[in-house]
Amino acid sequence: MSKLLIFLTLIPLLPILTTSFSPENPSSRRVLVLLDDLALKSSHSVFFNSLQSRGFDLDFKLADDPKIGLHRYGQYLYDALILFCPTTERFGGSIDLAAILDFVDSGHDLIIAADSNASDLIREIATESGVDFDEDPAALVIDHISYAVSNTEGDHTLIASDEYIKSDVILGSKKIEAPVLFQGIGHSLNPSNSLVLKVLSASPSAYSSNPKSKLSNPPSLTGSAISLVSIVQARNNARILISGSLSMFSNRFFRSEVQKAGSPTKHEKSGNEQFLTELSKWVFHERGHLKAMNVRHHKAGEADEPTIYRVNDDLEYSVEIYEWSGTSWEPYVADDVQVQFYMMSPYVLKNLSTDKKGSYFTAFKVPDVYGVFQFKVEYRRLGYTSLSLSKQIPVRPFKHNEYERFIPAAYPYYGAAFSMMTGFFIFTAVHLYSK
Amino acid sequence: MVGAGTGAKKTTTGGAEVVKSGSGFSTMLKLKLKLKTKQQELLLRVSILCLVYVLAFVTRLFSVLRYESMIHEFDPYFNYRTTLYLTEKGFYEFWNWFDSDSWYPLGRIIGGTLYPGLMVTAAVIYWLLRLLSFAVHIREVCVLTAPFFASNTTIVAYFFGKEIWDSGAGLVAAALIAICPGYISRSVAGSYDNEGVAIFALLFTFYLFVKAVNTGSLAWALASAFGYFYMVSAWGGYVFIINLIPLYVLVLLVTGRYSMRLYVAYNSMYVVGMLLAMQIRFVGFQHVQSGEHMAAMGVFFLMQVFYMLDWVKYLLSDTKLFQAFLRITVTTALAVGAIALGLGTASGYISPWTGRFYSLLDPTYAKDHIPIIASVSEHQPTAWSSFMFDFHILLFLFPAGLYFCFKRLSDATIFIVMYGLTSMYFAGVMVRLILVATPAVCLISAIAVSATIKNLTLVARARNNNKVTHSGSLKGSTSSSKASSKASLDQSQPIQRNGAIALLLGAFYLLSKYATHCTWVTSEAYSSPSIVLAARGAHGNRVIFDDYREAYFWLRQNTPQDAKVMSWWDYGYQITAMGNRTVIVDNNTWNNTHIATVGRAMSSYEDEAYEIMRSLDVDYVLVVFGGVTGYSSDDINKFLWMVRIGGGVFPVIKEPDYLVNGEYRVDKGAAPKMLNCLMYKLSYYRFGELTTEYGKPPGYDRARGVEIGNKDIKLEYLEEAFTTSNWIVRIYKVKPPNNRW
Repeated sequence: MSKLLIFLTLIPLLPILTTSFSPENPSSRRVLVLLDDLALKSSHSVFFNSLQSRGFDLDFKLADDPKIGLHRYGQYLYDALILFCPTTERFGGSIDLAAILDFVDSGHDLIIAADSNASDLIREIATESGVDFDEDPAALVIDHISYAVSNTEGDHTLIASDEYIKSDVILGSKKIEAPVLFQGIGHSLNPSNSLVLKVLSASPSAYSSNPKSKLSNPPSLTGSAISLVSIVQARNNARILISGSLSMFSNRFFRSEVQKAGSPTKHEKSGNEQFLTELSKWVFHERGHLKAMNVRHHKAGEADEPTIYRVNDDLEYSVEIYEWSGTSWEPYVADDVQVQFYMMSPYVLKNLSTDKKGSYFTAFKVPDVYGVFQFKVEYRRLGYTSLSLSKQIPVRPFKHNEYERFIPAAYPYYGAAFSMMTGFFIFTAVHLYSK
Repeated sequence: MVGAGTGAKKTTTGGAEVVKSGSGFSTMLKLKLKLKTKQQELLLRVSILCLVYVLAFVTRLFSVLRYESMIHEFDPYFNYRTTLYLTEKGFYEFWNWFDSDSWYPLGRIIGGTLYPGLMVTAAVIYWLLRLLSFAVHIREVCVLTAPFFASNTTIVAYFFGKEIWDSGAGLVAAALIAICPGYISRSVAGSYDNEGVAIFALLFTFYLFVKAVNTGSLAWALASAFGYFYMVSAWGGYVFIINLIPLYVLVLLVTGRYSMRLYVAYNSMYVVGMLLAMQIRFVGFQHVQSGEHMAAMGVFFLMQVFYMLDWVKYLLSDTKLFQAFLRITVTTALAVGAIALGLGTASGYISPWTGRFYSLLDPTYAKDHIPIIASVSEHQPTAWSSFMFDFHILLFLFPAGLYFCFKRLSDATIFIVMYGLTSMYFAGVMVRLILVATPAVCLISAIAVSATIKNLTLVARARNNNKVTHSGSLKGSTSSSKASSKASLDQSQPIQRNGAIALLLGAFYLLSKYATHCTWVTSEAYSSPSIVLAARGAHGNRVIFDDYREAYFWLRQNTPQDAKVMSWWDYGYQITAMGNRTVIVDNNTWNNTHIATVGRAMSSYEDEAYEIMRSLDVDYVLVVFGGVTGYSSDDINKFLWMVRIGGGVFPVIKEPDYLVNGEYRVDKGAAPKMLNCLMYKLSYYRFGELTTEYGKPPGYDRARGVEIGNKDIKLEYLEEAFTTSNWIVRIYKVKPPNNRW
């Protein structure tokens, strides 16, 4: 009976199910939010409301709900996942570590918020994404210099940080004036992972330790090596946000006033709301998402794409690049897009010029080398989706009838050959018939 | 199979007997058809040649009967692919073909890097048959090209034998060469390789040249130049001709056999042949620019000096004056030649000898300097057993033939002696060159057989002649007037006659043994296509392993059109021809660095290999593994060559890392690097779970007879994509880089 009910409720959902994440509309639309406690829904409502107001369809579930699942019948039910369940040891339903990694590896976005005493499961997800939380479960990030001044003289675990990543694409063009409040565990970036970025860093005076016990050993994580909030853009352009603090998303932190220790200015409102809203825009592909299409190349003066080029041919190459503005595709304008004509190493490396309407183009001469070449555009800029286009094209040498038929330098030789022939003919005639 | 074998055997021995016992047959013919002796002889000769022609063809068909009409081995697949292209796209497309499917990403200019003779020959035959409305497939033409040309070779051998000795020797030579294993090894049906037509071209050129020297005719010399052109278009072995002929001319000059005939023959053959050879793109200007061709040019100039000296001698009556002139001229000529050669070499205009050429003159050269040449199995030095295997009794007849040649020295016999001796030397250096020596050995042995048997029959028949009449009405076709006068001088005694008969019987016994041996070798050793393997099962039944084709068809049907496959170079031609996929390296081993890169990838750890494979855009890796079937020529057994070739270019690969106390092993005692290199992992992946032989532990490698040392193999950057039914070919897919790292 319950199965039938699910089925019936799913039928109206079908059109939604079929419109999953598509290259035409890269922003995530359906988001699954897994919570430890449904109370979080109201205590973090500002953050959720901002998402909903931007058109996201949030589906709140308890993390141990036995009915939850990420996909059904080979289709993913959601475009993004928010894990606000730092203490969950096991997810309900069919979700586990591998399912979440598969979800990301098939191009979906993920937000993880951990906290002190985060569970092993959450730590493992973070580790698989390239960051390592402090192993001590009771540890918190402590900063005795850039802590946030509060009414109760605390243990300096409430940190006010303003060491953001310098990127308009990730954090928006509007400067974040107030520091961001953070209370939670720190993490470090795995040095072998080249994709993870520190968005909010701790100050050089921070360290990670249990605030309740005496500091006996030097802390394992110190200074600006500690990352408070990190992001990952995977190779398939799935985006992950990892934060060591769940409370930084909370309404309390959003609304609280903030004064950084040692700083005279007291801000009415912390930077959390602006910081996290902008960051969530990036994570959910509302910003910094590029697409390239219509890669074309042809010989100069022709329109059709050839199957093979000849050495020293003149060719024209063009590609269109657009950026997703959140609602529509806008032309992407930059002057640093380059194309390579590549065979084991680039033989030609040229900047593409743009008409500011999304089209990028250039013209160059095929090098005097034959082989199987590739047109490669490798465009990787901070915050933007990485574009990696390659198109294979062979380059052949001259055909036997494509060389010049008569070379001026060879005229003496032609002359020699023909004069020799006539001379021989005359000589023979004279020799045979002179007597 | 037995039926076919004995059938061929019968024909052979029959043919041989017909040659020898011609006289009895001829009397019968004479009685019945009342033909004149000359005509009888002609009829006999023609019929014998026809039989030999057919025999040479049919004895090469074992492989088609045993397996199917298919192309064999490795190189023939490339030849087949190019021939197909030629017939489909026409000659100009073929000539200008740039192949982007091989040597990725470098590509290969096919038209400029192959000898087109074979493909053009097959295509012409194909077009001719089409013109005559025979709806044949090009593959059938390719399969049967080599046997067809082998048949033609027998005809050339006959004329050659006739030219250097007499028609009897010619007939014996034709019969011997028709079934000689040394030649069959490269010309069975399906062995569609350059050598198949090149041996015909080689012998034909030599024959025409000897004919030109004997007659002094410009026409024969030109014909020989065209024969040379065909040879150049067909096989790189033409270098042998362009060095042997000058050497021969030089020997004639030194021994005082200089003549106007020689002058005409050599000069016209050299000049026209050189100009024609330049039309082959792959050869180009080598005749004037490469060190290997300089001997011919030197001899050419020497001939002019000789001619001038002759003329001056004719003008000058004073011998003393001539002696002085001779000294000055020869010294100047040599000095000028040496200076020209020195300048040419120093300035780089004349390229030095290639590695392959060096390794022929100095057999240890390749081993020390160019592992890629040394690694090729057909470049190995020849073992005595393979001489015996390929020549059988010819090995003993050869010196006997040399003896006869020396007894009757002429321009022609000097040529065949030099051909025989030089090619025998080269055959000793490289096993594949047995092929070049085979025609010479057959011809010289034929002289021995023919001369001996002729003498013996004369002795045996001498009393008959005395008894009946001296008019010689029964004198057989084989005895010439000269020999008969000699025979009548030997007043026969019974003991001599019996001895002769006994020796004749012995000769027949040996020749029939030769025929048996040849047929056996052809059927057992040389008719295997090597792409389909056959073994005997436990109950004596034949088991066929068709794993190669299984794997190549899998590649063709299950991988993207532009997928790049990395394998050791041996399988490159087959993958492109049968799998229709791009390969990194193939059997045209022109770029040592590229091969070394693949060797390095195979002998590195998986993560290092992954970087190399990514840089080459490799999508699939193919390895050949014989541990399950006991197939010993697999990649693990070839692996040391990969290490050597890889290490030759990239010194990070060191051979001792893969050996334990100089010993190559794959079991528990193997070197750690060996147990973890890519080739080992790919070969033995999941093999530790498999029990191959009853009573042996799992992971027992039947090809090497050991239990493997690393049974728990985990692959990180590759995943198994396909393994054939007998595990002979294993294909792995290279994973894309980790998504989150």
